[in-house]
Amino acid sequence: MSQPEALSRGDESPDTASAVSPQTQIVSQHIVEIVSDSGEGAQTAGQMFGTVSAKMGNGVWTVEIIPAEIEPPHRSRSGASGNRIRIGREAVTNMGDAADVVVAFNEQVLYSRIDVNALKPGTTLFIESKWADDPDEAVREQYAEALADFRERGYQIHEVPMEQECLRIVPDPRRGKNMWVLGLLCAIYERDVSHVHAEIEQKFKRKGQKIIDANVALVDAGYAWARENIPLRIRVPVSPTAEPQVVMNGNRAAALGIMAAGIEVCSMYPITPATSVSHYLAAAFHKSGGMIHQAEDEISAIGFALGASYAGKTPVTVTSGPGFALKTEFIALAVMAELPIVIIVVQRGGPSTGLPTRVEQGELLAALFASPGDVPKIVMAPSTIEECFHFTVTARKLAETFRGPVIVLTDANLATGQAPFSRPEVQEDWLAPPIDQSEWDPTVAPYQWDPATGLSQRPIPGQRNGMYVLTGLAHDERSKVAYESEINQRAMKMRSRKLHTLFRTLKPPKVYGDPEGDLLVVGWGSTRGAIEEAVDRVRQDGGKVSALHLRILSPLEPGLDEIFKRFKNIMTVEINYSDDEDDPYTVPETRRYAQLAWVLRARTLAPVDCWSRVPGIPLPPGQIEAELRRRLGL
Amino acid sequence: MYGLKKDWDLEPRVRQFVLADYQSNVPRWCPGCGDSAVLSALQRLARDEQLPPEKTVVVSGIGCSSRLPHYMKTYGFHGLHGRPLPVACGVRSRRPDLHVFVVTGDGDNCAIGTAHWIHAIRYNMKMTVLLFDNNIYSLTKMQTSPTTKRGDFSYTHPMGAPLNPLDPLSVTLAITNASFVAQTIDWNPMHVEATIRAAHAHPGLSFIRILQRCPHYNPMVWQPLQQDPSLIRLLVHPDGIPADDTVRKIFKNQLEHDPADLSAAKDIAAATDAVPVGLLHRNVNAERYDFATAQGLTMETDERVQAIQAEIDRFLV
Ligand SMILES: Cc1ncc(C[n+]2csc(CCOP(=O)(O)OP(=O)(O)O)c2C)c(N)n1
Ligand code: SF4
Ligand SMILES: [Mg+2]
Repeated sequence: MSQPEALSRGDESPDTASAVSPQTQIVSQHIVEIVSDSGEGAQTAGQMFGTVSAKMGNGVWTVEIIPAEIEPPHRSRSGASGNRIRIGREAVTNMGDAADVVVAFNEQVLYSRIDVNALKPGTTLFIESKWADDPDEAVREQYAEALADFRERGYQIHEVPMEQECLRIVPDPRRGKNMWVLGLLCAIYERDVSHVHAEIEQKFKRKGQKIIDANVALVDAGYAWARENIPLRIRVPVSPTAEPQVVMNGNRAAALGIMAAGIEVCSMYPITPATSVSHYLAAAFHKSGGMIHQAEDEISAIGFALGASYAGKTPVTVTSGPGFALKTEFIALAVMAELPIVIIVVQRGGPSTGLPTRVEQGELLAALFASPGDVPKIVMAPSTIEECFHFTVTARKLAETFRGPVIVLTDANLATGQAPFSRPEVQEDWLAPPIDQSEWDPTVAPYQWDPATGLSQRPIPGQRNGMYVLTGLAHDERSKVAYESEINQRAMKMRSRKLHTLFRTLKPPKVYGDPEGDLLVVGWGSTRGAIEEAVDRVRQDGGKVSALHLRILSPLEPGLDEIFKRFKNIMTVEINYSDDEDDPYTVPETRRYAQLAWVLRARTLAPVDCWSRVPGIPLPPGQIEAELRRRLGL
Repeated sequence: MYGLKKDWDLEPRVRQFVLADYQSNVPRWCPGCGDSAVLSALQRLARDEQLPPEKTVVVSGIGCSSRLPHYMKTYGFHGLHGRPLPVACGVRSRRPDLHVFVVTGDGDNCAIGTAHWIHAIRYNMKMTVLLFDNNIYSLTKMQTSPTTKRGDFSYTHPMGAPLNPLDPLSVTLAITNASFVAQTIDWNPMHVEATIRAAHAHPGLSFIRILQRCPHYNPMVWQPLQQDPSLIRLLVHPDGIPADDTVRKIFKNQLEHDPADLSAAKDIAAATDAVPVGLLHRNVNAERYDFATAQGLTMETDERVQAIQAEIDRFLV
């Protein structure tokens, strides 16, 4: 997707009808933010705006704006709560750069957005005007000062009497302003309000008709007010798809993936930003016969899961960095004793407690290596919200086929971002068949490794003649404890061989852009949309840059040597820490690389470079673009 | 069978298990190790109850005692140090048809696995937990355990253990939802077996602390009790662990104790003048988490698919 340029002015557009006011802009994409004090409902309004836009056929990507504290003081600079909604003519894959339109419930929360460069000169602001007449002189002053500052920064300011208008309908505007603002945005973006009404009905179903009516009235009032008072109209054309679409965030997608994979047991311990997977499952899992266990800690959570796995039920555990660290001993057992399990790691900022609510891609090396001994296992990373669903289904299948743990690395960006995607059609054969309780052939060992693939079949308790004692000690094919050198060498080889077996079934990844050029940008996980958008922009200016996105990180996807050969330079772009190449205090010998760069350097021996940042927010395409231009001398 | 048509499938299906059906490798414990006595008792129980070996799972942690599953010809899970209880709860969660036993040590259960001990007692999922308490870390060659007596030598406390030991009975009895707490001694096979039998019959988690001899690293620890049985207080009651005449003859210091009386049980556990042997507490009506975890087990695949489709439809735009 290209930069937020105006496609044309409404008055030049062939589809201009007489109803279109002269101030209609037709754009290929637009970014709008709604920010408020926490508790004022900007998040709800933002999500609804996103859903309604998806319903109308736009591409959508929403990002939660979350304050650092749970209950920050009102009108606080660090207290912004809300949503960014990026809508486009085509599918939207990332949050984009600066916002085009921002609705703010007070001027102070806006500063927290300015601080992270979420605004730009020219951003259109709709700001609550009541602060100008606040009884508190300090507030009036703050407001006046801020507005003067905003003007200086070049924002287009519309002061809007939000509260005053809401008071005509509800007694407490703190509950309701968000709906009024939603109405305002619907007018500006020419949204069909009947979709909004339907959303409200759905959302407040349980709260009763009165609440629904009040919210509908607020939306309609905001809509009418904007039609009357704001001449600006922004039209983002749609390119509707024939397939039915669903809208959800990555954690919901993963949770539905868990259900659709036929997984029956989710054993977890709460940790941000993974918890909402379990919240969703806790409410829905029983409908499809599943069970969620909240254990006393993460070690117990995975232990419980592996007990279920041993007894024939492939389980899932969901966690984030610190919890993942606690699970590493059991993960090694799952590798050693070949127990299927899906481990979803929703990555957050580290190290230690780090940035609990924020995005980072800091667990790749941990996923690959952080366990006692050699732990060959499958690691995959969805790059879109849709993939959060499908990869979970695939992960269960791989865990069973390859008899071991499969780690699925998502992150806070995918977890909380919302986007529409084609409604998945659940296949009956995605669900695990009932566990095999037929008699086991006693001549077959519990680890009868096929020398060519390393694969073997496992007996399940209940199967006659299949009795074996699973052990984390070195063991032979019969699961007998064995300290002999050759047996250990062979067992390690067999467990490792399974990765080669999977590798042989994989297709090389597709290069995005030309298959050769000056620079190849390699990414993994949630950065794909932003990287590809940055690459598009640079290519439009003649830059010979392409992108490659890896989804399976262990075993690494095939064909990398061939692909790398065709580029002069290769670099990764990641959201994790690396020393900058030009850091005056770092020498090349000690430079610490970004995590995928380490892996690719070791795997291909190519001089893979990297550019990585840990801003606690997704990398905007503009920042990546600037780095690519710098590297290409553009 | 004689007199029947060939295709009449009337082969007798009844399987009869003998001790050998539960015996696997020759145990590699030291001579005189109390672990062997408990293993035999467990095998006898399995034989007497005719537990199908394929329906029996023995889960253990790491330690000398935790090697026990290797000597049972059933399914077994010899997992991680301190973590047998989460694994056993997971095994049980979706398999009400299995017989689950847990083997753990005083280090395994009362040090590294303490969190799981407390919570597994509270979950009260049907299984039998055998705590082999030799007051020492044996497998790792003699370090202090939480149950080591104050002043006893170990390689981590050559000047003697600095603190009074933790009492596994008092701790367990204090946990909400504890439903079966017993103590036995490995050197009285009759009592061990009777205790395991009562435990296995219990509808919930049964917890047995076994005073276990480790002649190799802690030879003296139970000697006073062995030499002077009057230091043992045998708990007797119609609802308790059945103690036949031979047992009653040895342990003359007896106390009539109703296992329904939890507060009396706590007093007995805390008393320092004698070591209780028998059933301290039983509550067959305690809540069971395994009923909750087994929900949805009988759901058919097409029902499940329908439910998932409906769930996905909630997100349609
Ligand atoms: C994570 C971990 N830490 C430490 C150990 C070493 N270790 C193995 S067994 C054991 C103590 C065993 O003592 P206990 O549980 O009393 O069993 P016993 O050998 O006395 O039967 C220790 C510390 C280990 N295996 N794993
Ligand atoms: S060291 Fe002690 S506990 Fe271990 S086998 Fe020998 S006697 Fe038994
Ligand atoms: Mg011990």
